[in-house]
Amino acid sequence: MRRFVLCVTLAGVACGGGGEQQGGAGGAEAGAAPAAAPLGTGSITGAMSFSGTAPENPTIDMAEEAECREKHADIPRDPQVVVTDGMLADVFVYVKSGLPEGAAFTAPSTPAVLDQDGCLYRPRVLGVMVGQDLEIRNSDPLQHNVKAVPANQRGFNISQPRAGMTTTRSFSAPEVMVPLECNVHGWMNAYVGVLEHPYFATSGEDGSFSITGLPDGTYELEAWHEKFGTQTVSVTVSGGGAATAEFAFSSQ
Amino acid sequence: MGWLPESASTYASDIDLGFWVITVIVGIAFVVVEAALVLFLVRYRARPGRRAAYIHGNTTAEVIWTAVPAITVVAIGVWSAGLWSEIKGRDNFPADAVHLAIEAKQFEWNVTYPGPDGQLGTEDDFTRRNALEIPVNRPVVVDLTAEDVLHSFFVPAFRIKQDAVPGMTIPVWFEATKTGEFELACAELCGNSHYSMKGRVRVHTAEDYEEWVRSQSSPEAGQ
Amino acid sequence: MTTAAVAERPTAAGHDGRSFIQRYIFTTDHKIIGIQFLFMSLLFLIVGGLLALMMRWQLGYPGQPMPGGGMLPETMAPDGILLPEFYNSLVTMHGTFMVFFAIMPLLVGVFANFLIPLKIGAPDMAFPRLNMASFWIAVPAGLLMVAGFFVEGGHAGAGWTAYAPLSARPDLSGVSLGQIFWLLSLAILGLSSILGSMNYITTVVNMRAPGMTWFRLPLSIWSLFITAILVLLAIPVLSGAAIMLLFDQTLGTHFFNPVEGGQPLLWQHVFWFFGHPEVYILILPAMGMVSDIISNGSRKPVFGYHSMVFAIIAIAFLGWIVWGHHMFQSGMNPMLGTTFMISTLVIAVPSAIKTFNWLGTLWRGSIHFHTPMLNAIGFVAMFVIGGLSGIYMATTPVDIFIHDTYFIVAHLHYVLFGGSLFAIFAAIYFWYPKMFGRMMSERLGKVHFVLTFIFYNLVFFPMHFLGMGGHMRRIYDPTEYEFLQPFQPMNRFITVSVFFLVAAQVPFVVNFFWSLFKGAPASENPWKDNGLEWTVSSPAPHGNFAETPTVYHGPYEFSSPLVDDDYLPQSRAVDPQPRPAPAAGD
Repeated sequence: MRRFVLCVTLAGVACGGGGEQQGGAGGAEAGAAPAAAPLGTGSITGAMSFSGTAPENPTIDMAEEAECREKHADIPRDPQVVVTDGMLADVFVYVKSGLPEGAAFTAPSTPAVLDQDGCLYRPRVLGVMVGQDLEIRNSDPLQHNVKAVPANQRGFNISQPRAGMTTTRSFSAPEVMVPLECNVHGWMNAYVGVLEHPYFATSGEDGSFSITGLPDGTYELEAWHEKFGTQTVSVTVSGGGAATAEFAFSSQ
Repeated sequence: MGWLPESASTYASDIDLGFWVITVIVGIAFVVVEAALVLFLVRYRARPGRRAAYIHGNTTAEVIWTAVPAITVVAIGVWSAGLWSEIKGRDNFPADAVHLAIEAKQFEWNVTYPGPDGQLGTEDDFTRRNALEIPVNRPVVVDLTAEDVLHSFFVPAFRIKQDAVPGMTIPVWFEATKTGEFELACAELCGNSHYSMKGRVRVHTAEDYEEWVRSQSSPEAGQ
Repeated sequence: MTTAAVAERPTAAGHDGRSFIQRYIFTTDHKIIGIQFLFMSLLFLIVGGLLALMMRWQLGYPGQPMPGGGMLPETMAPDGILLPEFYNSLVTMHGTFMVFFAIMPLLVGVFANFLIPLKIGAPDMAFPRLNMASFWIAVPAGLLMVAGFFVEGGHAGAGWTAYAPLSARPDLSGVSLGQIFWLLSLAILGLSSILGSMNYITTVVNMRAPGMTWFRLPLSIWSLFITAILVLLAIPVLSGAAIMLLFDQTLGTHFFNPVEGGQPLLWQHVFWFFGHPEVYILILPAMGMVSDIISNGSRKPVFGYHSMVFAIIAIAFLGWIVWGHHMFQSGMNPMLGTTFMISTLVIAVPSAIKTFNWLGTLWRGSIHFHTPMLNAIGFVAMFVIGGLSGIYMATTPVDIFIHDTYFIVAHLHYVLFGGSLFAIFAAIYFWYPKMFGRMMSERLGKVHFVLTFIFYNLVFFPMHFLGMGGHMRRIYDPTEYEFLQPFQPMNRFITVSVFFLVAAQVPFVVNFFWSLFKGAPASENPWKDNGLEWTVSSPAPHGNFAETPTVYHGPYEFSSPLVDDDYLPQSRAVDPQPRPAPAAGD
């Protein structure tokens, strides 16, 4: 039974192959399940700004992994802090509180996709809903293992010996963030935010994010970065319109 | 002989010698026993009119075939004890060795080098993943530890194997006799990616090794 | 020997007022319990063999989809390609099933149960209800062990030796429930073994028929008796270790977790303190039964009966002080390594004595090549190889190189398959008529033996060469290493041979079940043997002996000058005058 469901999921992915990497993580519109109509039409957009000097990302000793090393033109670095023109990427932002009491959300049937390419996780930071499939792909012609070590639910530790393999897992409880790591390549880290609702996003290269489909209300919005910790702002959405939220990170 | 891997350490040939000496001894025992077995099966197969001998034993024969194996194995043991102590005995570690530290973790060998000052635990130490670079004809002592589970440091060409145990630091020594590249394997089941926990051993000439150590001290090392 | 037992003895087989369930399911009859163990452990033998076949597929054809592998769930083999974690489970469970659920119960559960009362002239075990409990405790243990495959995270994957901390840390292994099932199952199975061994010891000590002195006991009974003592002393150690590890897994203790002050080597010491006696538990009964069968097949007394007994006892004692030889490269103090090397080399001596005594038994015999005898000879021929190859790894410096390689795998299979399993086949062919009242087909039996013998050697002998090449055991894909790539044709050859080895078991399975219904009815004593079990009808009736037998001779009085027959049953009284016939033998 489980196998059958899985095949359908995989087939669905295959059809949508080449789609955007953010998958289901992008926000409410990604929740394709028709039953999960958004509660509202409001949205919060904003950006992650960064001030100060970004710490230099550590280099990766990839010398003994030729197949991965050749995918990198320059000396590979671990992209812990990605700042472009004063904007910070890979910040996970989500509605921490303020949603209507008792609102229930259905996980989208499309999986979130985490790729392993050039011995790095892509994307490094992503979100999934509780019960939503997380599809882990191996695009490298070598063994990766993926270890999830959540704090408040059972993790997993699986491996993918060949290129093209996919493994699908999901999480059963909300947790921000679940760290993922590869133990064959000790530098490989990814972070998955697991939430019961679809109101989350990850900042892009330009630091921007967008959360849509929100009902009117006042929300506590939290932004998380692996090096710079969390920040919280309060945002009010009214009349089904757009609201903005700005986060400012700094090297201090 | 081509049966064993290329040998490239000082004691590899001693271990190989032990292997072949045992092979000769057990080979003789094997041939004698199996030949006797086959001979008896043919010679004493049941034939009409012949009755088996009614014999319960023979003390002389039993004393002989107790004593011969006993003496043989004790001789093997005495020989082995010396070589074992030379390779693994904690009091027999060579002086003037290059001192390295290896931390095994799921599923990588992290080799820490002392840097140009030759001292571990100082600022200029550096760590290389899955790459063990050593000079030829000079003993190397490795402080072997593990971060998480058991691993086993195995360089077939050096005939050395030593488990790495979390919570323990176990010294291992070897001295390469050939330059070139060899493989480092994990020989103790350590998890799902155990089979891919491999490293490279590169044996350099003394000069090349010095050069390599200096080159590694730059920040963009290893690329 | 109690009057109560005599009073309970049925007047005629089949009319003892027991229901079907009392007779065949919840039975206290040692013979039926032995047969129950036989069916259970043969089932696990097949399961273990199939796991090995899957493992070999991956080694012979790494990363290629396994035929039929598509039926496995994606957590084991997506698109039929075995995953490394599933491969580790296969390695672990092949060893676990074979050691704990196939070989050990086949030797101890089946033949100790079936043979001890029959061969010592007792109506049943000393504690028949404990005996029944022993089987019915083993069943849930087996079910639990199988269930582990179907839980989240997959089955235990830390090897049958379950080395900590990998076995203690679900985060590092990815296995949580599987390992817990594994530990619980072994703890439960341990209880079964302890109950059984108490029974065997008590029965042998207290219930021997009049005249059955210690030195008239068949070597099968001697070895099963000594084995039972080993089981009684060793299994609680395993159970204790399993419970400690279970606590580490579930209650947050840290016996074996160095991060919290535990000691990983403690597991190895405790496990092998059990594990090495376990190795002898797995071979001593085989040696004993083979001695019986070789004597029978040669029509000649066992050569050096007393030295055989003392060799069994010596092995049993020495077996307790050699566990460290599994740990030469573990980080244990190298001085201890030398000590354990000496004790290990010394234990080769009693094994050598036994081998030479078997040869001595064949010498000047009149050898009949019936199927049990063929398998017993196969045992001797193969055990020699397994014994001799043990000298390599007993020798500490050589062990540095071959430890954890296929040389070890070859060695242990020469002992446990070439040794124990051939002995088990011999014993099944030999005592089948007494169990089921029918003979197995000799023709199919010989086909089975010859094919098994050939393919067994084609599988396991090349593994010595893999080991000499440095081929590590328990690796998912040897082609990952350049120095192992030249061995790929050999790996493939072994895999193909394994397929034929498994196929070679078909004649046995067919023979076993066909003979149950269609085999030639067995006479009381089809092998013309001397044991007391051959004085009762086949199958042996409930209660075994209509009258308690009296024993007058040792068990191996073949070709005795006292009688015209070439055998002299232990319970047949004869005039102690040698017959005036011409001299025996040539």
